[in-house]
Amino acid sequence: MESKGDFRAPVSQTPHTIEKPKDTTTIGGMITVEVNEKKISVPLGTTILEACKQAGITVPTLCHHQDLCVAGVCRVCVVEVEGMRTLQASCAFPITSPIKIKTSSPIVRKARKHVIDLMLSEHYGECYSCVRNGNCELQDLAKEYGVDTYTFGHVSKPKYEVDNSSYSVIRDMSKCVLCKRCVRTCIDLQEVGVLEAIDRGDKTHIGTFLEKPLADVICINCGQCINRCPTAALRANDPSDVIWDAIDDPNKHVVIQTAPSPRAAIGEEFGLGAGHSMTRELNTALRRIGFDKVFDTNFTADLTIIEEGTELILRLYKALVKKEAVALPQFTSCSPGWVKFIEHYYPEYLDNLSSAKSPQQMFGALIKTFYAQKMGIDPANIVSVAVMPCSAKKFECNRPEMNDSGYKDVDYGLTTRELARMIKEAGINLPEMPKSNFDNPFGEASGAGLIFGATGGVMEAAIRSVVEFVLGRKVEDIFEKANVIPLRGFDGIKYMEIPIGDVVGPVPELLKSLVPNWDWLKGATLKVAVAHGTANAKKIMDDIIAGGKFSECHFIEFMACPGGCLGGGGQPIPTTPEIRRLRAQAIYAEDESLELRKSHENPYVAKIYKEFLTEGPCSHLSHKLLHTHYVKRGRYIA
Amino acid sequence: MLVMEKNAMTEEIEELVLKYGNQRSALIPILQDIQRKYKHIPDFAQQEIARLLDIHPVEVFSVISFYSFLNTEPKGKYIVRLCQTISCDMQGKAAVAKAIERELGIKFGETTRDSKVTLEYANCVGMCDQGPALIINERVYSKLTPEKAVQILNELK
Repeated sequence: MESKGDFRAPVSQTPHTIEKPKDTTTIGGMITVEVNEKKISVPLGTTILEACKQAGITVPTLCHHQDLCVAGVCRVCVVEVEGMRTLQASCAFPITSPIKIKTSSPIVRKARKHVIDLMLSEHYGECYSCVRNGNCELQDLAKEYGVDTYTFGHVSKPKYEVDNSSYSVIRDMSKCVLCKRCVRTCIDLQEVGVLEAIDRGDKTHIGTFLEKPLADVICINCGQCINRCPTAALRANDPSDVIWDAIDDPNKHVVIQTAPSPRAAIGEEFGLGAGHSMTRELNTALRRIGFDKVFDTNFTADLTIIEEGTELILRLYKALVKKEAVALPQFTSCSPGWVKFIEHYYPEYLDNLSSAKSPQQMFGALIKTFYAQKMGIDPANIVSVAVMPCSAKKFECNRPEMNDSGYKDVDYGLTTRELARMIKEAGINLPEMPKSNFDNPFGEASGAGLIFGATGGVMEAAIRSVVEFVLGRKVEDIFEKANVIPLRGFDGIKYMEIPIGDVVGPVPELLKSLVPNWDWLKGATLKVAVAHGTANAKKIMDDIIAGGKFSECHFIEFMACPGGCLGGGGQPIPTTPEIRRLRAQAIYAEDESLELRKSHENPYVAKIYKEFLTEGPCSHLSHKLLHTHYVKRGRYIA
Repeated sequence: MLVMEKNAMTEEIEELVLKYGNQRSALIPILQDIQRKYKHIPDFAQQEIARLLDIHPVEVFSVISFYSFLNTEPKGKYIVRLCQTISCDMQGKAAVAKAIERELGIKFGETTRDSKVTLEYANCVGMCDQGPALIINERVYSKLTPEKAVQILNELK
């Protein structure tokens, strides 16, 4: 029996596919099929669905998703294959012989219509009161196929109770059509394993371990399931009603911080294609809605880089010079989904997690202390809202330890989708808004903070600062235009080595109290890695446990969502590989358009260390406000 | 569960994994062994099986919920399953069912107070030519009459 480590989190089944030939010029490598009497040539193993797409023929799908393995459960994509007794699910039919396919024969259209009708017969709810109205795949299909009467009846009462136990994700199984996208997302894509089909036959439903509420199982709140759900069976826990109340209350000072990823994606909710950054238009829209101040989360992303970078330098100093036992590699802690993941699955490694809070929570703590003092506002009257691409941020701001300002540091986490609805509700067309800047005293932020939104961004931002700190040289000398290309892109795991060499610079003013010089780093090689999606995070963690190459890294960035924050569970639906690529492009383009591109050069960050956090990074006050601790949750549910 | 009980359970499952392997296909035989011994599959056992087979606890739970012969809540020492499908029904299932209910003092779906017997319906048990039929744990009884059924129940220890 092969041995598997005790701490290893589960690994899911792999999808069943036929491998496509590497060389399609070999005999049998290409197969000519006839789709609706049009001949096309496709590589062996191509599914009928892919072949139809190549031929420019649309076949409707529901359970199919580009990020997920084939399931073939919804039967919406059925087509007629000549010579076969029954209709075939095109998404799950790999082509191995020259077949003749009909995608729109009377029998196919009738079957699809019945399939949709059958799904509607079990689907409770009225479209007009639904959060996914206008962006629902079931609704679209029903419209497309003219399902205007319920041939097989329609449920008049909800079958299941709504599970709203979680701060992040609400499950309404009465709206579920059993496409199992959430199951494949949770088990295959994220390897967290919260959701699976429970019971059998007409009692089948998607459930959790022991049918427990979502708040009581090992859910990391990443919200990827929400992003894959074709209906509103899964949705985020929406706080917009209470935010409206706060805005309408004249005694409340409502401030909002916006993260880079929502700004790169919110245009999609207003009919723009993916990849349009709406940063400054959004500022105006938020002010018109009634938010008193609009801040840039990138400011505290810059602060995160200083705090987390300093923490890394301190750890290395302790390990190399003082020969103390410290936990290395250091892990980033910006992604609340990843934090909860490691708390559950690898609690032995919590010491490796940077104690620095995420940018959202750092800002929360500063708003209710530094900002409140400066503006002379009672922090009790401040309502702090954060626009995030993330449903786990809702959980994070409700963590009991996130009260370091004496109040709840961040009151509400709002997703991109929910903010888009609020903007629409206020009668604002975002793309038409004039541009405006962020509010003081936090002012502008650097491009380093901006690229936190893409996988590899935190590491790139950290490298831009740490390299300049240590080498005393411009980072542009080493990386062209300060773009750390090896850390960009959507490879699941990225790895990079940076040799420090024999020339080191002087210790910058900010760090003088912490390290005397950089001589101890001469000749060393900084090793860093980046992982996005918890499935990839798990691979790195297992490698570290086994003592592989990642155990020799110094700093590793982990993001819970595929693609990093820009592919977050709070982002506009749909999110596909292509849309993630375009969002990343928008973020990197905005970064390059800025003059300020390094966290430590941000004058507002320097100012806050001068005026407020006077003892410098990783000092007593910064530890109180900007750092946190974690909970060993473990993988067992009592 | 006490820590000692948990450790014993872990050891037991580790042995089953040695016996059946740690592939996904080993799941059903492991579950059947646990079910046979404990008459149910405790929460902790589900999580331990998941850990040792490298799958998620919810997947184990999903499989248990799929099969009628696996359950997560404790049942009686003897599980009496009366076939409810059409051929047994036509050969006098109803009278047998009534006799069993009267003898045990419980309805279908319930367990006797002393946790000795759980009474359930089963779908076809493959004894269509010898109905009415029932299964007690893993033994099949066929060509039942109300009297014969009561006698069988009385012989349970």
